[in-house]
Amino acid sequence: MIYREAGEFKASYREDQAILPIRQDRWFMWGLMAVAFLLIPAISSQYWLSTIMLPFLILALAALGLNVLTGYAGQLSLGTGGFMATGAFAAYKLATMFPELHIVVVILLAGLITAGVGIIFGIPSLRIKGFYLAVATLASQFFLIWMFNKFGWFTNYSSSGVISAPPMTVFGDFFVTGPHATAVAKYLFALSLVVFFAIMTKNLVRSNIGREWMAVRDMDIAAEIIGIKMLPTKLKAFAYSSFLCGIAGALWAFVHTGSVEPLAFDVNRSFQILFMVIIGGLGSIMGAFLGSAFIVLLPIFLSNAPHLFGINIAVDLISHIEFMVFGALILFFLIVEPHGLARLWQIAKEKLRLWPFPY
Amino acid sequence: MRIERDVIYIFMATLFLMVAIPWAAGQLSDEILFEWPFFFEVAIGGLLAGVMYSLVALGFVLIFKASGVFNFAQGAMVLFSALTLVGLNELGLPMWLAIIATLFVMLVLAIVIERVVLRPLVNQEHIILFMATIGITYFLDGFGQTLWGSEVKILDLGIPSDPGFYFGGAILINDFDLVAALIAGVLVITLALFFQYTRIGRALRAVADDHQAALSVGIPLKHIWVIVWAVAGIVALVAGIMWGSKLGVQFSLALIALKALPVLILGGFTSVPGAIIGGLIIGAGEKLAEVFIAPLIGGGIEDWFAYMLALAFLVFRPQGLFGEKIIERV
Repeated sequence: MIYREAGEFKASYREDQAILPIRQDRWFMWGLMAVAFLLIPAISSQYWLSTIMLPFLILALAALGLNVLTGYAGQLSLGTGGFMATGAFAAYKLATMFPELHIVVVILLAGLITAGVGIIFGIPSLRIKGFYLAVATLASQFFLIWMFNKFGWFTNYSSSGVISAPPMTVFGDFFVTGPHATAVAKYLFALSLVVFFAIMTKNLVRSNIGREWMAVRDMDIAAEIIGIKMLPTKLKAFAYSSFLCGIAGALWAFVHTGSVEPLAFDVNRSFQILFMVIIGGLGSIMGAFLGSAFIVLLPIFLSNAPHLFGINIAVDLISHIEFMVFGALILFFLIVEPHGLARLWQIAKEKLRLWPFPY
Repeated sequence: MRIERDVIYIFMATLFLMVAIPWAAGQLSDEILFEWPFFFEVAIGGLLAGVMYSLVALGFVLIFKASGVFNFAQGAMVLFSALTLVGLNELGLPMWLAIIATLFVMLVLAIVIERVVLRPLVNQEHIILFMATIGITYFLDGFGQTLWGSEVKILDLGIPSDPGFYFGGAILINDFDLVAALIAGVLVITLALFFQYTRIGRALRAVADDHQAALSVGIPLKHIWVIVWAVAGIVALVAGIMWGSKLGVQFSLALIALKALPVLILGGFTSVPGAIIGGLIIGAGEKLAEVFIAPLIGGGIEDWFAYMLALAFLVFRPQGLFGEKIIERV
């Protein structure tokens, strides 16, 4: 009744090719943005913003990056954590070497450096495919983390290996990192970047490049035969994906935790991001956000659930049970909807279109 | 099986490099004294350690061959079987009975996995099945530790673990590693015979070759999957026993899956001999690099060296040394 595109006529190509061609979708998006930018900072507590919303946004950005590579270009990668670490350390080195640089510039440059690293580790993808590539990308994961741990230059010879991000500001004296930054400022800063890159990615995958990626995903031999060059296409996917992952890593280290440590980007992080992409839905921008929300919220819910029901269990037992339930829920979701939460979202929209008279 | 020519070339080149690189490193660096007995000691130690990796990789190969599923849960199965074994033993069962009971548990696990996870996901994309096995990994890790506790347990089967001197006292080898290699060898031969000469083995090979064709000549795919997961469970138990007696039964056992992955891609996902040869190359390469190259670049390279080594091989043979040649058609 409310969600119906009948009667909406497009008078120009521009309107016809809009990202959200249906008016109700646009309203929904504006509403969502209003909630995200105005309502959530106004009503959320410090705790909610800094322990739930920030990781959700930043990991969604990383999931977006991996989704470009795995969901759109079809290259399975388990090196996400390594690329995030690269972004974090690149940002740290840039911020300490050139303290006068603006934080947005630092983060963008860190993303570009990560893109370069991604290209290097993407080169084997021209020969190696499928699960062989997935395992091979673990090489980049382990190698990069080892490198950041091993060479003191990356941590400015800090003795503990853990370094804190320098406080930085946007718009003059508005702190977004470091001890003086408020949770609201951090949240809004991360949100703006994430929204910007989500829109950019959405446009990119609708463009020529995105169509090339999808052709390579669906069948790379056929794509090659119709004239898509493998080398630039695959490397572009690796570059853009690691660009986003690098930015996510830099945000994680600077805005979320405030300290740059390789441990935050170990192989479990890579798996976590891959979970987000698959639970959320391969090849879907929305899916990256849904998956990230699911994977970030689920453990928090699981560890608090026993208290809610008034059951007292030993702490280590809780963590084991958490593992168990987490695994079981992932299996459940895969079996119920192998195409992810984004697919459920789509089904819901189709149902809503016919509601309340489905026949 | 006809071994292709370039496999032999690559193998020879590897052997050459394995000698040449440490030798060159020994010449360059003052810290390392290059002596042949020491070199062989390291190399043999590495080969034997590689066999332990092969034990884990073997489980991956079995399941991939028969069902095309990249079973990430193999490491978790190793941990789970070892935990169950030790747990049952602590409950008072004698060791032999505990082993039999654990085998039974692994069989039940295989049936449950097939019924609950694989059957609903038939015909899904590979990556979805891969993800499902990671879900199984989480579940098994949590389940095993909820059931049996997470403290480090000692598993003692009376396997000698003293270092012994061989070849006239020149080379020091751990007896435990020799026993492990022996057991792995027996396991591989048994599996090879099982695959080659039994009815079930033939059916397994048929399924591995072509699911559809196997179905159409009346091979029950579901049973085959249960069998192959059960066999992988048995292999996991053997690996669990060996690794458990070496390191103690603890959570880190699940992480050896990450050690087995480079072995797997080096040997090829579909080849049992590949898993063994891959294990030997990775094991020896890793140990030699650790001793002779690591001091030159700062040490601690065991985390990634195996992956880089496998990656270097894959660039020349994208399907691993013994994997089936990937033929792509439009």
